[in-house]
Amino acid sequence: MSGSPVSTVDRSASGCRDLPVLKERGQREVFCGLTGIIWLHRKMQDAFFLIVGSRTCAHLMQSAAGVMIFAEPRFGTAIMEEKDLAGMADVHEELDRVVGRLLSRRPDIRTLFLVGSCPSEVIKLDLSKAAERLGGIHAPRVRVLSYSGSGIETTFTEGEDTCLTALVPELPEAPADEQALLVVGTMADVVEDQMRRVFDSLEIGPVRFFPPRRTDELPPVGPGTRILMAQPWVNETVAALGKRGATRIPAPYPFGVEGTLAWLTAAAGAWGVDPERVLEVTQRARERGTAALERYRTVLEGKRIFFFPDSQIEIPLARFLRRELGMRPVEVGTPFLHREHMEAELDLLPADEGLVLSEGQDVERQLDRAFQAEPDLTVCGLGLANPLEARGLATKWAIELVFTPIHGFDQAGDLAELFARPLRRRNLLEV
Amino acid sequence: MDLTIWTYEGPPHVGAMRVATGMRDLHYVLHAPQGDTYADLLFTMIERRDHRPPVTYTTFQAQDLGGDTAGLVMTATRQAYERFRPQALLVGASCTAELIQDDPGNLASSLGLPVPVIPLELPAYQRKENWGAAETFYQIVRTLCLPHAPEPTWRRPPPEGRRPVCNLLGPTALGFRHRDDIQEVTLLLDRIGVDVGVVAPLGASPAEVAHLGNADFNVVLYPEVGRTAASWLKRTFKQPMVETVPIGVGATRDFVREVAEVAGLDVDEALKAVESRLPWYSRSVDSNYLTDKRVFIFGDATHAVAAARVASEEIGFKVVGLGTYNREFAREVRAAARKLDLEPLITDDYLEVEEAIQEAAPELVLGTQMERHIAKRLGTFCAVISAPVHVEDFPARYSPQMGPEGANVIFDTWVHPLMMGLEEHLLGMFQDDFEFGNDRSPSHMAAARPASSNGRSAPAETAAPGIQEAGSPAPTSPAPTSTSEDAPPPEDAPTSADAELRWDDEAQAELKKIPFFVRKKARRNTEAYAREQGVTEISVETLYEAKAHFGTR
Repeated sequence: MSGSPVSTVDRSASGCRDLPVLKERGQREVFCGLTGIIWLHRKMQDAFFLIVGSRTCAHLMQSAAGVMIFAEPRFGTAIMEEKDLAGMADVHEELDRVVGRLLSRRPDIRTLFLVGSCPSEVIKLDLSKAAERLGGIHAPRVRVLSYSGSGIETTFTEGEDTCLTALVPELPEAPADEQALLVVGTMADVVEDQMRRVFDSLEIGPVRFFPPRRTDELPPVGPGTRILMAQPWVNETVAALGKRGATRIPAPYPFGVEGTLAWLTAAAGAWGVDPERVLEVTQRARERGTAALERYRTVLEGKRIFFFPDSQIEIPLARFLRRELGMRPVEVGTPFLHREHMEAELDLLPADEGLVLSEGQDVERQLDRAFQAEPDLTVCGLGLANPLEARGLATKWAIELVFTPIHGFDQAGDLAELFARPLRRRNLLEV
Repeated sequence: MDLTIWTYEGPPHVGAMRVATGMRDLHYVLHAPQGDTYADLLFTMIERRDHRPPVTYTTFQAQDLGGDTAGLVMTATRQAYERFRPQALLVGASCTAELIQDDPGNLASSLGLPVPVIPLELPAYQRKENWGAAETFYQIVRTLCLPHAPEPTWRRPPPEGRRPVCNLLGPTALGFRHRDDIQEVTLLLDRIGVDVGVVAPLGASPAEVAHLGNADFNVVLYPEVGRTAASWLKRTFKQPMVETVPIGVGATRDFVREVAEVAGLDVDEALKAVESRLPWYSRSVDSNYLTDKRVFIFGDATHAVAAARVASEEIGFKVVGLGTYNREFAREVRAAARKLDLEPLITDDYLEVEEAIQEAAPELVLGTQMERHIAKRLGTFCAVISAPVHVEDFPARYSPQMGPEGANVIFDTWVHPLMMGLEEHLLGMFQDDFEFGNDRSPSHMAAARPASSNGRSAPAETAAPGIQEAGSPAPTSPAPTSTSEDAPPPEDAPTSADAELRWDDEAQAELKKIPFFVRKKARRNTEAYAREQGVTEISVETLYEAKAHFGTR
């Protein structure tokens, strides 16, 4: 049949569902939700993201986006100045002026997101009111929405969650009798296309992706909508879709061969498709994925890995590395743990002796733990990576796990490569 | 309120971080929300620092806002002191914390810690990074040096029976070549008999800063950061300031002269220490082609002004544009521009800079990383002369901008791209020769490869990727300006935007014979001339008449 050692989900290992979680509060070494714009603006090609913020926001975006900033990005920052704050200028009038000029220069824009920042939230600038007013002015050509990407409310990937949540009321009503699959959370276009081919072969459909590639093609939602989460950080979005009648298909996330199979099988279950049929349809892809992983096993097996919190993707990745490559998670940190949406993952992640699950961050204390644990590989943000390397710890930049296509069978090897490369590189260097 | 996609300077607290990160045994408590920690990566990734910046962020969240954000400041400060045991603490707010008005400086001072607590007031909605760095350095110097200040009537005695000592002020973390400039200037000073006391902020501890007043005088290497503090030291400690920035041969000589005068040394003897290859390389006959090359200069004021002098007086370029993003130092740039008969460009809007560059049609752009990308889009050569910096501005090798070696580095860095351009042109010329034709195999590899194989068949083709890179934007990076019509037309496409103007076939063919790096200028001049003369169809005659009219400049 399959020839794959991980063809079915093994639920015999004792999972992490009941493992106590270390909750921490203190300095957080993470991006704010504004950073999500970097992939969201690439995904939704007719949307513009206008941050209403400070010079710091603009500086963050150019620092995080790197050379992308020199291309024509569909995002920018309306920088508030002293006169805006001191009431010498009416902030809303100023915003109308900036938006008017922007939209006249960018006729390709169909949706404009006004993105709230820390300073705009603190001065209680009502961006939803501004969006309503500007929507009235620029309708029907441009839809204007607002959401918050501020650091006081959102951590890194939560910016996608608040953005998509703001889009939910805009989704058209689906016919009540239509059962349709809605895959929620940004994946690379190439991966979406792969997934679509598998769903087609399984005769699961219609399949729609949220966010869509164009905001003038928003997917409909209704009581027949079944949600499959592609990313673990779209928690509020799923709740908002739930209010429109959609229901979630519980599943692990599609990382690795095992995760992807379980994810597809869960969808198949909702469509009454036999799991055997899933195995049949995915056999070649699974074999490719398993073979690709095998190459990395020698490098990764038995190696101890420590995750600093970054994107909420940490627990699914730890599960993949533990179960499919034999790595040993030491600490798995997540900025936020949504118990219900992470349940399937927690069940799969073995509660090995000494494993710490942590939520939130006090970076100094977590660094103490990392130095104490001396892991073989540490997954962390860009601010920590080089200082840890200098202390002798091999690191993997967490941000790459968000920007690289890593979902699905055919990316399983790429995902393993991301973890294996720093270790292989260490072995190569003699100086 | 202004729409910005990219800024030359970060907020003022990033300037404070550049000072704090440059120093040792100092810690900065920053009242800031989650996310402001992004600034750490500037230092760990761009500069490849092996330590985290010495910054503790209070990381307040929405839920704290109604509650005790002040308590967070106190806790964070106390914990930072306990953990890092610095000799002094900086305490301040980022843009968001400024709005909630917790006065973190006062809160931290009230803790009664056994080290100086230096409160920072950096108005984030009015000021920017360089100002923030200057203000932070000034506050540090003032707080730490004041206890050692002499009576106002005190006169500084001249250095007798010992070598004069000076401080180097202004270098910070994330500075453009600061690391190497310090080394070069220290070496130069040593050669003329002057010792360096303290270099600050980069590399200095608070204890060392406290004794800045011991030196005979101060050298302000980077006025953007060091001048405010140096002026205060001059008033308080009667320390003269050397303000010439030694970038380029002429400026290095002026610097040595100024130092010798201040230090009471023999000026002529001191000048012998300035030995650079630049003057001879510039006079060497092979450099003739550099004459009157059009250069556009934009950067921080210090580097822009210095570059203008080197370009015009030491390499023989023609400066066709000069500007800065730093309004606090606009006066210096205006003065330099006036000397060159130029309208200075004072702006922090890179779109305006791009427009000015396009208008000036330079052959070489000397600028920041933004100008490098603008030049790339416009198909013009570029060298980086100023912050803001990228990772490639921290080369592994020794490459100062200041002093004699700095002048050598500058000559190489600026001339190299032009030399490569010349090489590409020669390769392009040979491309049309029959023995280098695209359908020919290299003679020594004739048997190995079929005649019509891919891009390796002729040596001329090896230049193609480079030309493509220089001449056309990569498909994934269109211009950051709003519409595609802002993108430059291919430089050798003689189709004018002006619909009334047409090039006949012969003139088009003739234009292609002109080296590609001056072709754009030739086209521009010819079209301008044609319009002036009311000519609608450009012939070979028009082309040469325009050439005679404008000369080759």
